[in-house]
Amino acid sequence: MSQEVTKEFNIDTVDNAAGTPDVELPWAELGLKDNEFAEIVKILGRRPTAAELAMYSVMWSEHCSYKSTKNHLRQFGQKVTDEMKKDLMVGMGENAGVTDLGDGWAVTFKIESHNSPSYVEPYQGAATGIGGIVRDIISMGARPIAVMDPLRFGAIDHEDSQRVVHGVVSGIGGYGNSLGLPNIGGETVFDPIYQGNPLVNALAVGALRHEDLRLANASGVGNKVVLFGARTGGDGIGGASVLASESFDDTKPSKRPAVQVGDPFAEKVLIECCLELFKASLVEGIQDLGAAGISCATSELASNGEGGMQVELTDVLLRDSTLTPGEILMSESQERMMAVVTPENVDAFEAVMAKWNVEYSWLGEVTDTDRLIITWKGEVIVDVDPKTVAHDGPVYDRPYARPEWQDALQADTFKSSEAGKNLPATGDELKAAVLELIASPNMCDKSWITNQYDRYVGGNTALAAPDDSGVVRIDESTGLGVAIATDANGRYTYLDPYAGAQLALAESYRNVATSGAIPAAVSDCLNYGSPENPDVMWQLAEGIRGLSDACMVLGVPVTGGNVSLYNQTGDKPIHPTPVVATLGKFDDVARRTPSGWREEADGQAIYLIGTTKDELDGSEFANLRGHLGGVPPVVDLEAEKELGAILINASRDGMIDAAHDLSEGGLAAALTEMVLRFGVGARVALDEIKERDGVDSFTALFSETQARAIVAVPRSEEVRFKDMTSARGVTVARLGIVDAQSGSLEVQGEFTASVDELREANEGTMKKYFG
Amino acid sequence: MSTELPLIGDYSAPTNELSGARVGVVTFPGTLDDRDAARAVRASGAEAVSLWHADTDLQDVDAVVIPGGFSYGDYLRAGAISRFAPMMAKIADAANSDAKLPVLGICNGFQILTESHLLPGSMIKNDHLKFICRDQLLRVENNQTAWTNGFEAGQEITIVLKNQDGQYVADEKTLDELEAENRIAFSYVGWNPNGSRRSIAGVSNKAGNVVGLMPHPEHAIEVGFGPDARGTDGLTFFTSVLTHLVGGKK
Repeated sequence: MSQEVTKEFNIDTVDNAAGTPDVELPWAELGLKDNEFAEIVKILGRRPTAAELAMYSVMWSEHCSYKSTKNHLRQFGQKVTDEMKKDLMVGMGENAGVTDLGDGWAVTFKIESHNSPSYVEPYQGAATGIGGIVRDIISMGARPIAVMDPLRFGAIDHEDSQRVVHGVVSGIGGYGNSLGLPNIGGETVFDPIYQGNPLVNALAVGALRHEDLRLANASGVGNKVVLFGARTGGDGIGGASVLASESFDDTKPSKRPAVQVGDPFAEKVLIECCLELFKASLVEGIQDLGAAGISCATSELASNGEGGMQVELTDVLLRDSTLTPGEILMSESQERMMAVVTPENVDAFEAVMAKWNVEYSWLGEVTDTDRLIITWKGEVIVDVDPKTVAHDGPVYDRPYARPEWQDALQADTFKSSEAGKNLPATGDELKAAVLELIASPNMCDKSWITNQYDRYVGGNTALAAPDDSGVVRIDESTGLGVAIATDANGRYTYLDPYAGAQLALAESYRNVATSGAIPAAVSDCLNYGSPENPDVMWQLAEGIRGLSDACMVLGVPVTGGNVSLYNQTGDKPIHPTPVVATLGKFDDVARRTPSGWREEADGQAIYLIGTTKDELDGSEFANLRGHLGGVPPVVDLEAEKELGAILINASRDGMIDAAHDLSEGGLAAALTEMVLRFGVGARVALDEIKERDGVDSFTALFSETQARAIVAVPRSEEVRFKDMTSARGVTVARLGIVDAQSGSLEVQGEFTASVDELREANEGTMKKYFG
Repeated sequence: MSTELPLIGDYSAPTNELSGARVGVVTFPGTLDDRDAARAVRASGAEAVSLWHADTDLQDVDAVVIPGGFSYGDYLRAGAISRFAPMMAKIADAANSDAKLPVLGICNGFQILTESHLLPGSMIKNDHLKFICRDQLLRVENNQTAWTNGFEAGQEITIVLKNQDGQYVADEKTLDELEAENRIAFSYVGWNPNGSRRSIAGVSNKAGNVVGLMPHPEHAIEVGFGPDARGTDGLTFFTSVLTHLVGGKK
């Protein structure tokens, strides 16, 4: 179809706006509320121009302004001690937080959501999720070194899950693999609650030398503003098409793709090109273009710097010459960066662009006017105080209240329910239950997914999925590196939003410690329903309160993250799903502990650290029986701290050769995962746990009590290990030994399952559904 | 007590008598495994020399590695654009000259070598249509090349496989010739992970100085940072070429 566009759209200049106060603007279609539009008019002292309206509407959106959560998120900044801030070089509010690692190294990491685009267009949605978070990391001056993806899909057997799972996984692989970043972990959960709203979160981590740290600010009057990378196109424009089609121009095609399209090759070149710019100190400030595109980059750079900026919008290189000023300002075209460069460095900057064949255009310069002025062929179409766009958006105290149904939900415990009757008791029943558990969608082997990701590139991956955390080396000469784990349990958080958020942190903290790293920082991606629903708002408020309280106790600061709201299928909100990523430090990644024992560990003692209570509400086993009610496992952060200290010290002192935390699926899942990690069997007995903790075999195997882990201890280290745990007052039980000859997992007096049987159950599920 | 793993290589230390060898590693836009290949070169005892695709100076290197990645995003066809790089013309001339410059193409490097007609055949999308990353068992079919002389013929090795377009194809006549001339360097053992003809994982040219393979030896050179089995079979590729350069086994 060729449609000739001859009509020039009307340019709504500032002068025009001042002279035509009564023009109807489509602010409601752009998602602004009447009070918000009134506020814009008040700030400007006149009606906004079309371009200004475009900017305010995207920057004041929930996604960019955190208007419903700002008042709650403050707790992350308030509930911190000096000790927690000790290693924090950059905290919340920048593109990503930065933590000191020692030896002149620092690490930056962040987790973000790309949920709704990944439902609309799974491949591109997931791909550009990776692209966006990686650019956040580059913006800090860091080299990205790894990515991770926590995923939540609908029911595994729902026909639409085929489209979403295949698309999301190949999108993450297609984009991430092309960037040369190892994908070192994540999680995958299937639950019908996410059917119409899958969660696709993406985490990236980067490493930098202290002196390479860059921030997003436009400082130095007279410095040049440059846009580089991909050209600006019409993709990722949601609301702007309203502006284009309804008010200002009706001769052009109005509907544009709301989901951005990614080009991983352009991003890879952008990474290398930016690192070269940083190395030669050619940029004063830098900002990636993500949500809200140029609107966000110009207003944030300007308001974080000297306060003023002048930009000529017709200098933006376009893929589509018919874009209106508003569309250019809102476009979320991928693989673009904006930088501030001193006039002296312009030539050197251009040489780097030429080397990497990257397109760029000089848009304007930094001023001291405190105004962001954007012109179109010299005519002023935006004249605003950038702070009002970037930082002074509306803030809401949304009403919230504990839902009426919460009490009934918590009273409906698993064991009191019909689903909790006739629980497995005999050896045969327990074995069948274990096999059913490890074949279930949430507990089954996910290598169908992880084998589509490159975990080796870079040559620094020391651990990756299915180990408890992903571990990457940063400094080859010393072995200095980091561990990262992401966790969340939506069912726990649904049952108790406060405790659930804490349990997410506890698990990721535990996973990092299990691999031997010292937890140091947290990034969170808070996936919730609509904040306009008081039930959801309560879940959110409780989640933030719970997480920030727990961070205080565990001594790990939140360094950044993202809030994703309005996640619901129809009117039904998702389970509140605060995905928590914990980053841990290693002096030497050589000390990391894998999550299973190898053949040469034959005869090593297997210990369970921690006690087991009767905690099955919200568990994977209850989920298998279709039950969700009661209260989640008790949070015991002091116990988590002790457990973490034991795991870290035992790893440093060479007391353990394998470790795996107990979480979803309890002891049954942890034992089978350890056996299956390297296909090496074990002989264990439950007697000590049953007697000591007063639980039956079923509960010992399937309870999800927190603050527990299994370790494999060489015989020569047993005395030292027991001395250490008793000195710390932590309970341990000797479960049995690693048995490399048996080829099976034997739970004495209950059942024996061969490694092959376990593997078949564990590995068959993903293949069955996804081929 | 078994906390001995892994070794962290200290590559800054002076190397052995082979330290004079210079091995080039080519970087194209979109190359991903160049730093890994350079690390493998250094671990073998040689000096790694960075070569930029747009340059024409081979910098007196004694051998060249064309590493993996997605050069030019695999757009058009994997390797199809990179083969036109000025550096590739230099490499092709040197490989075909009397000096017979040893060249190793890994993954995308292999694809570039077939596109450059330094090696026969071509790679198409994996038969299962998915990217695949796994620890891969290979059989060394020919240990008479510049890059495989450190292996035993028939030796089974484990290195890393990771690709999207790894299915090796060629016409029957070419495949027969490759077999007859002992130019199949590696084949997949067990499951054929991408549908390659005759399970071919890598091939060599007639002279044996140019070798290409889909799997990644540079990811299996350091205990603890490679395959689960913790082997360092990949390192032998890089020590083989040094042996070759000092006139050891061909």
